[in-house]
Parts: sequence; C-alpha cells; structure tokens
Amino acid sequence: MNPLTKILQMPNDSRSKTLIVALALCLVCSILVSTAAVMLKPRQEANKALDKKRNILSIAGMMQPGVSIEESFAKIEPRIVDMANGQFVDDMDPQKYDQRKAAKDTGLSVALSKDQDIASIRRQAKYATVYLVRKNDKLETIILPVHGYGLWSTMYGFVALAGDGKTVKGLGFYEHAETPGLGGEVDNPLWRAKWIGKEIYNPQGEVAIQLLKGGIGPATSNPQYKVDALAGATLTSRGVENLVHYWLGDNGFKPFLKKVSHEG
Amino acid sequence: MNANAKKVVYDPLIDNNPITWQILGICSALAVTTSMNTALLMSIALTSVVALSNLSISMVRNHVPGSIRIIVQMIIIASLVIIVDQLLKAFAYDTAKKLSVFVGLIITNCIVMGRAEAYAMSHSPKMSFLDGLGNGLGYSLVLMTVAFFRELLGAGSLFGIKILPLTSDGGWYQSNGMMLLPPSAFFIIGFMIWAIRVWKPKQVEKPDYRIHEEQNPDLI
Repeated sequence: MNPLTKILQMPNDSRSKTLIVALALCLVCSILVSTAAVMLKPRQEANKALDKKRNILSIAGMMQPGVSIEESFAKIEPRIVDMANGQFVDDMDPQKYDQRKAAKDTGLSVALSKDQDIASIRRQAKYATVYLVRKNDKLETIILPVHGYGLWSTMYGFVALAGDGKTVKGLGFYEHAETPGLGGEVDNPLWRAKWIGKEIYNPQGEVAIQLLKGGIGPATSNPQYKVDALAGATLTSRGVENLVHYWLGDNGFKPFLKKVSHEG
Repeated sequence: MNANAKKVVYDPLIDNNPITWQILGICSALAVTTSMNTALLMSIALTSVVALSNLSISMVRNHVPGSIRIIVQMIIIASLVIIVDQLLKAFAYDTAKKLSVFVGLIITNCIVMGRAEAYAMSHSPKMSFLDGLGNGLGYSLVLMTVAFFRELLGAGSLFGIKILPLTSDGGWYQSNGMMLLPPSAFFIIGFMIWAIRVWKPKQVEKPDYRIHEEQNPDLI
C-alpha cells in the first residue's frame, strides 16, 4: 500500500496521525507564507521608498503635477549629518542609513536626560539624514527629519527650511496616530500652509516658534513666530511645538543649521 | 447555481448577517469604517480570507484530528491573512498603511473562525467556499453602509471625493467630528440592527424574562 494512503487511512485521533497532520500543515503553510513574503519584498520596498520620497516632496512643497516623484526627487541631495557637531559625514551611504532604526540601537544613539527630552523621544540617533536642494550652487531648501510624541503616538515628519536656515518652507507628518478630526488635523493642508513663512529663531538665536490658541489676529505681537494651534487638540499642538523646539534647538539641528546657512 | 447554493450565498447578506444578526466581527467594523476606501479594502481582504479559509479547511476536514482541530484552523487562517497582508502592502500600499494592524487582526476576527468551525468542518469544499463568500459579502455590506455614513457626515466626502463642502474649506457643511470616532460606528450599527428587525420581525429575539405587569406585593 502506498504510504500516503496508509497515513490517510489511520484513525484521525491516533497520536502519529495528529503529529503527521500538524507537521505537514505547518510545512505547507510556512512554504506558502515565505514564498509570498520573498516574492513580494522588492515591490514592497519600492513602495516604501517611493512613499518616503513623496512625503519629503509634498512637505517641502516640491510636488508638481505632471512630474514624476523620481524626477522631482533627483534634485534633492540626501546627506548624513553628525548630530554632535553638525558636520556632514561623507563615509556613510544615505541610501542605506536608517535613522529610525539607529535611534533604537544603543550603539548608534544616545539616551536623553529628562530635561533634554522635551519631545519625549527617549533616545536620539547620532546621525541624521537631511535633504538639501541647491539651485545654482546656492542652498535653497533644507529638509530635516523630526519626530516627537503627540497625544497618542509618536509623530514622524519633516520640517523644510529655506536656505537661510530659519524661515519655514513647510512642515508635515507622514506617520502618526492622533485622533482623526482633532489632532489628526496636523495633516490638514490648510493648517500646514499656516507654517509657511514663519521664522523659527528670534534675533538672539533662540527657538521662538509658538503654537497659539485662538488664532493669529492683526493684534498679535510678533506674528512671524506664531502659528495657530489646532482646535480641540491641545496636547497634539503642544507635541508639535515641543518637537520643533527640540529638533531645531541645541540638541537638534541648530549647530548644523548655523554651519550650513553660513556656508550658503 | 442551484437553490441550495444560492441560499448559502444570499442568506448571510441580510437574514443571517454576521454583524447585524450574529453580532460578530464588530471590532474591525468600528475601526476601519472612517472612509469608504479603507472599508472597501478591508471588505475585500476579509471576504477573500473567509472564502479561502473555508475552502481549505473543508478540503482537509476529514483528516483533522479533533484534539488539534482549532489549531489547524488557526494556522490555515493565519497563513492566509499574512499572504493577504503582504499582497496589500505590495499592490495597495497607501490604503494598506491606513489599515495598519487591522489586516493582521483578521486572524482573530470571529466571523472567520466561526464559519470555519460551524460550517467548513462539516460541508463540502464548494459549499464552504460559497458560505465564506456569502458571509464575507454580508460583512462587506455592513462595513460599506457604516463607512458611507461616517465618511459623508464626518468628512463630507465619499471615496475621498468631496460631496459636501466643509466650512473649514469655505463651504457650508459643518462636519460632525463624532462620526470620525469609533463610537459613531456603534450607533450606526445599532440603528441598522433596529431597521433590519423592523423590516424582518422574525429576527427579534424573545425576551429572556418578562417583568410582571402588575407587581405582587406579597413577593417583595
């Protein structure tokens, strides 16, 4: 008798049939799952990379209708920056470096003390990937990765600054889980547009940007440092303010911005 | 399709709907119905998982040892869910990102497990497949209805296309923020169950006990 029929004819509840069925099922299922994972991986990675590029472009306001993402992104130059001194690091490949992974790696990140950690991120990667846009050798846009805690979630996004290193060209988040309709309005293009043209630093070089409740009117003093807070989302607004203060402050990109905006 | 097969597919749409009659799979119905796009993708994902899991479980049903029956069902369901999740990430990345963990959570969706245990273990592969399809479509019907109201009233749009211009964009419609939060799905499902039971009084359950019409003072 053929061994397969022999197995199939065993009583279902015998110990050997139970083991054989369990093993065979696991084998078949694991082959199916791993085939799917391996075959689809290149496509998924491409999607992820494209999604990140699209986020960077849309936050920097560089999305043009009719121009493909790859084409627009070709104008952007990714560079790695050493967060300790604000210098470019040339011996690391920005295509391969994953800042979010590095922030979890004890060798590649530093722990933050309680009073440093205003954005509630616990650890900061030693190196960061920044994106630069140059036009005729002049620095036009600096795109910096930022993240911090809102109400429910860590919000990941980018801040785009003009070449002077202090005027905002855009701010946005590509990943967060804030309340839809309230804190989730950080994604609202109308709210994001309110950031454009704001100044980050006051003349003394301190981070001066503030999220103000109740809107910005003609009577508001120094409106260039103030952005309308999100209605009904005090904690998300505070989270955004904190993370901007952190990432553009002394522990964040301030040393780098000083250096790069001097060099032009 | 013969009459029996038709009944297996159509019955779970209204008469024996997994959500409004069996009250199963409510959790994902609350979570993914803020927009029609995510609800549609979730419906497709769940329908294909129930149909295929019913089919494959029914094919091996005569050789599944009773002692590991639930584990066998879980492994088949889990593998199918992972494959569907991988496919979505590869071909519908943006919407899949919005669905995040909820595709993975199809594994624990009571409808899938319920159909496997209640139907697929005792019926032929073809009928089990049709049963899974019917139940998946019944779930989809409820999901799409809930998402229709939530997206229209909460965001003023359908499938992301603006229908009601919002006041925040200079229109006249003040959006209802509650519709974007999970409790609103509870209300809508509640209203749906009410409406279906008015339409089909057969679905109204008999009360477990009756309160005495007149209180008997001797009993107090």
